[in-house]
Amino acid sequence: MESKLNLNWAVVDKARQSAKNIAKDTQEFIDIHTTVTVERTVCRLLGIDGVDEVGVPIPNVVVDNIKNGNGLALGAAMFIGNAMVETGLSPQEIAERVAKGEIDLTKLPMHDEFEIKMAVDKVAKAMVAKISENRGVREAYLERFGDKSGPYLYAIVATGNIYEDITQAIAAAKQGADVIAVIRTTGQSLLDFVPYGATTEGFGGTVASQENFRLMRVALDEVGEQLGRYIRLCNYCSGLCMPEIAAMGAIERLDVMLNDALYGILFRDINMQRTIVDQYFSRIINGFAGVIINTGEDNYLTTSDAVEEAHTVLASQFINEQFALVAGIPEEQMGLGHAFEISPDVENGFLFELAQAQMAREIFPKAPLKYMPPTKFMTGDIFKGQVQDALFNMVTIMTGQKLHLLGMLTEAIHTPFMSDRALAIDNAQYIFRTMKDLGSEITFKTGGIMETRVDEVLNKAADLIGEIEKEGLFSTIEQGKFAGIKRPLNGGKGLAGVVEKEKAYFNPFVDLMLGGTK
Amino acid sequence: MSEGQYSLEVKDYDKSLDLTKLKPYGDTMNDGKVQVSFTLPVEDNERGVEAALQLAKSMGLKDPNCAHHRALDSEFSFYVVYGSLVHTINYEEVHVQTVEGEVMDMKEIGEYIKENIKREVIIIGASTGTDAHTVGIDAVMNMKGFAGHYGLERYPMIEALNLGSQVENEEFIKKAIELKADVLLVSQTVTQKDIHIQNLTNLVELLEAEGIRDKVVLICGGPRITHELAKELGYDAGFGPGKFADDIASFAITEMVQRGLV
Repeated sequence: MESKLNLNWAVVDKARQSAKNIAKDTQEFIDIHTTVTVERTVCRLLGIDGVDEVGVPIPNVVVDNIKNGNGLALGAAMFIGNAMVETGLSPQEIAERVAKGEIDLTKLPMHDEFEIKMAVDKVAKAMVAKISENRGVREAYLERFGDKSGPYLYAIVATGNIYEDITQAIAAAKQGADVIAVIRTTGQSLLDFVPYGATTEGFGGTVASQENFRLMRVALDEVGEQLGRYIRLCNYCSGLCMPEIAAMGAIERLDVMLNDALYGILFRDINMQRTIVDQYFSRIINGFAGVIINTGEDNYLTTSDAVEEAHTVLASQFINEQFALVAGIPEEQMGLGHAFEISPDVENGFLFELAQAQMAREIFPKAPLKYMPPTKFMTGDIFKGQVQDALFNMVTIMTGQKLHLLGMLTEAIHTPFMSDRALAIDNAQYIFRTMKDLGSEITFKTGGIMETRVDEVLNKAADLIGEIEKEGLFSTIEQGKFAGIKRPLNGGKGLAGVVEKEKAYFNPFVDLMLGGTK
Repeated sequence: MSEGQYSLEVKDYDKSLDLTKLKPYGDTMNDGKVQVSFTLPVEDNERGVEAALQLAKSMGLKDPNCAHHRALDSEFSFYVVYGSLVHTINYEEVHVQTVEGEVMDMKEIGEYIKENIKREVIIIGASTGTDAHTVGIDAVMNMKGFAGHYGLERYPMIEALNLGSQVENEEFIKKAIELKADVLLVSQTVTQKDIHIQNLTNLVELLEAEGIRDKVVLICGGPRITHELAKELGYDAGFGPGKFADDIASFAITEMVQRGLV
């Protein structure tokens, strides 16, 4: 590909190869481990849902039962399959009996492994077929309405109440939003279970529950029919329940999912061993379900300096790309993240932003890049904020960013009002229209500020990836190379939920989703 | 606007500044001009505009002018309204609580501590409760600082520890006791339904229950925090936007000396 920035492709290739080695190295660790949430995901995909009489999700009850019987290393599928053979009941019926204390999964006589796998396989295949069907529904909508060629306008709703969120989302869709992201309630990433049912209370966002997913999906399909557009739904598949939320999203046809282990490690202090294992299975599910993942590199720049640390974003994008490929996610579903976070006081800051966005576009040509608006330097001066957002919008349209997170003029004041969102959409649509082909009309000066800038960022990123390749990903994070945040290998939340697999371990969905037809 | 770009209205009011009757200023003294924008959950039509104008009048806006209105959805409409505020304020009687005292720079702070406290001051900070946003606490504490003001980690004679985000109040206090912290900084960035108030109040209560409220300088900060609010909630000081590590450190160390916490 011809580069407008005269990128040094040899350095790009080298960085990509290093990232590949890093992913491969980490995959060795992933392959021999499982976690409580991975096993709860297997339960969910086998059709287990609901809560017990004190409100504990039944997938948790089942996995705790297996864990207490020291069976987790064999996987939930083994014990549920065994119970199916033993009792002739469905996974849900078995789970309900476990919840009532009538069945203790690890105490049942163990049947022949072949028989167990046969029983599980039948149920697993039905679920995989259902997810395939969902994918087909999305594709049929896109076939019928056509898909948008320019940037997707991505708006957030965050009222805490799913019904209020729906009102806001419908209005935003009518105003022109293409993706509705329901921000999760603060702190949900640290819960080691997924709340159940429709919810109306949340802080800074709304609980991610399967019922909330379903309610919003129905609403967006309805308004999409009216508008003749497919409205994508986005949620957060990060934190301690990554793969469970991926499964819920696949079942309820979500389209976009935040999905990044590094983000959880650095910004939520989730144990790195736990979340890297969780990420793998969650990405397999997202990849299979046709979900676009969003990665969280943009967040590095909210804590570190956006000029000095730009290379960490690129390095992380390279690594995320390889982790996604291993999990069967095609480039077209990789919403690699970056952000417009350079201080307005930096001279030529806009040129750096433009150069870096163009660089990301060229290095990841097929990826629907996720571009985040200014947040760190939004002040509460809404009038200046609108200008900052306008500059951000210009970069998107000039460099072909895809998931365009709408900047709100009231950022740093409150979660968006309905009117804030409308103003943001207006601003973006105006700029996207009036500057539509500017990017393809202009070339950048050879040896100019922009070329020099990306050359520096690319080389620093390649150096960093080279270091990570030598030292390993875990040890790099321990040293605080990303976002200046240090996280210990055995620190953070969720380590207790990591288990080394036994040889007979099995998870039917890995093969079905990675190997099966999509 | 039917008048076109220029206002032709007669300005027949007193145009001299009277601080006992302070009003907003548009382009003429005492014109009282303000702008407000809001959304109404009704259809965008003449009736909606009239409702917006009547609301503006109830707010105390004389001659309101609906400069812009548009539909946000079939049952939601957005308005930008201008008008002249009828209310006045007696500025002479307005008093606010602000953090008093000289602001020292990084070097002066180091010297002040050497001279008056004679040991390292331990400051711990966190974004507490459910708040996941560390922008504020990072700006104040991290080495690099913000907008040209270094963070507390770089200060001589100060041992600063940033505990990060979503730190529970109980955990925060435990850490404070463990590290024998002199100064506690609490950051609250994103708030919904005033949860930050509950959380800040809860911390004070817990500190009192532990019997260490008097032994520490307790400071909160964030975009929605004012000094007055902080005092009301039982904090020693509150710092809003535009305040940096030097402001906070200056206050904290002089407060320590004044309260004999050396």
